[in-house]
Amino acid sequence: MQRKSLVAAGAAAGVATLTAGLLIRRSFNHRGSRDDAPGRTARNGDFGEYSVVGKTVTITKPSRGELFAFWRDFTNLPAFMENLERVERLSGDRWRWTIKAPGGGSVDVETEIAQERADELIAWRSVEGSDIDTEGRVRFRDAPGGRGTEVELIVAYMPPLGTAGRIVAKLFQREPRIQARRDLRRFRMLMETGEIATSDNRLQREETA
Amino acid sequence: MRALCYHGKQDVRVDSVPDPEIVNPRDAIIEITSTAICGSDLHLYDGAIPMVKAGDILGHEFMGRVVETGAHSTLRKGQRVVVPFVIACGSCYFCQQQQYSACDNSNPVDKQEMSEGLYGTPMSGLFGYSHLTGGYPGGQAEYARVPFSDVGPIVIEDDALDDEQVLFLSDILPTGWMAAENAEISEGDTVAVWGAGPVGLFAAQSALLMGAARVIVIDHYPHRLELARGLGAEIINFRETDVREALMEMSGGTGPDAVIDAVGMEAHGFAIDNMIDIAKQKIGFGADRASALKQAILAVRKAGRVSIPGVYGGMTDKFPLGALMEKGITVRTGQTHVQKYSAKLLEMIAEGKIDTTFLISHRLPLERAADGYANFKNQQDDYTKVVLKPGMEA
Repeated sequence: MQRKSLVAAGAAAGVATLTAGLLIRRSFNHRGSRDDAPGRTARNGDFGEYSVVGKTVTITKPSRGELFAFWRDFTNLPAFMENLERVERLSGDRWRWTIKAPGGGSVDVETEIAQERADELIAWRSVEGSDIDTEGRVRFRDAPGGRGTEVELIVAYMPPLGTAGRIVAKLFQREPRIQARRDLRRFRMLMETGEIATSDNRLQREETA
Repeated sequence: MRALCYHGKQDVRVDSVPDPEIVNPRDAIIEITSTAICGSDLHLYDGAIPMVKAGDILGHEFMGRVVETGAHSTLRKGQRVVVPFVIACGSCYFCQQQQYSACDNSNPVDKQEMSEGLYGTPMSGLFGYSHLTGGYPGGQAEYARVPFSDVGPIVIEDDALDDEQVLFLSDILPTGWMAAENAEISEGDTVAVWGAGPVGLFAAQSALLMGAARVIVIDHYPHRLELARGLGAEIINFRETDVREALMEMSGGTGPDAVIDAVGMEAHGFAIDNMIDIAKQKIGFGADRASALKQAILAVRKAGRVSIPGVYGGMTDKFPLGALMEKGITVRTGQTHVQKYSAKLLEMIAEGKIDTTFLISHRLPLERAADGYANFKNQQDDYTKVVLKPGMEA
């Protein structure tokens, strides 16, 4: 349950600092003279106090433009991000993300769009005053040989002190990389098949809440 | 509904459980008319495969009638269908390549990680075969929920075809066929098949249909070997005969052009250290089974083909890697891409080119499924295949 919140919380969090921006860039970029792998796969990655996770999936359909458009409407994200309760548009490109917290509560975080290139890239960051300092970026690019679209999700965050910080830290203890991977795989399922696979033989009913 | 549930090692029972319902738009609900016990079910029964939980409904070879459809299912109520044991979405990269058992999207996300840890990439979803492959409730039941019902189920339009003629389209017939296809058989080939169980027998039948000049089946159960002979194969009883020497002589001193391992070593268990330990501890049965593939690799001719439909879950030691390389052997294997073969095999059944009914030794009501398991396990020579009928009088 909490696993997907990584992305949500990443998207959700507080002061967008220059530092976090650099971190994300470093996680994307190749490491200079070393090899061609993304920086986040380095054996000795150094992102200071930030945690950076990143995952990639390839999605066969629909088109890159349609994948981009689905993601760009953040209100769609709870459909595949398990720990995201809802996302509301506040004004312009400000959004409020409501993240399920362990123990039944929730955490709200406001974000703004930091960067956007049509059909290619969306970056968001938490606005000033948030308890959580985070940003996220999703990139869409054509896979080689017409094999669909590579979707790469990167989230950087620094859980601060305080109650919200503790909640987020608790969320993030659950293998952030696995959380990002699970969210991306659910995204692929939803896009390619129109549904998210489950082996439950019966509908989950709300009374369990 | 009533369903055969796992309770523990060699403890399965028919219980009353909630009926399935439509959960996702592409689902259909099938009322099951016939469902078989697979040899691989015995490994679940023996507790050899992890991630099987008490209460899990077993069974992955089933057929029946459509009783309910989701908004995006293409099936209609009342249609008669055989359900492939592999659950496949039909739209991911692998399904587009007709590699259905590599489907990206059928194993629920949170269940993918265990097989990913073992194998580097996750497996697809399968019915009734542990939580490694999704934890999907199986088909030894009165009803089953079938995901992606617009892709998998094979509609049987011709009511003149009995359940027993088409039921094995769900698994063992396409598995035997793909095993022969993986052996890349051409006219005049000599093909050796280890294991005269259902998959080995169907592989032998398929190899002959593909033009093999000779098919030689190796086992030790006399009745099963007779079934192989009935298909037109020659037989070797490994208790009485030196298998490698016999194969070399029977193939003119060359060795078989292709070999098929329809034995597998699933019974050793899925966990890696467990596999190695059991193989080391049990020199008898366990080592025999582990040795089928190794024997096949040594028996095949130079530049020959090795096809492995037998199921393996972990690792093995003392593997003849040198023989593989120095002889220039091609190896092909994998869980069956059932959906790829459904239409062609159904047509061959309808035309009378393939008969699968010879295999069935016992028919039981679902209520007696536990007896079916025990007898299938303990009397392998007599119990070649058990079909359970939910509608049959107990």
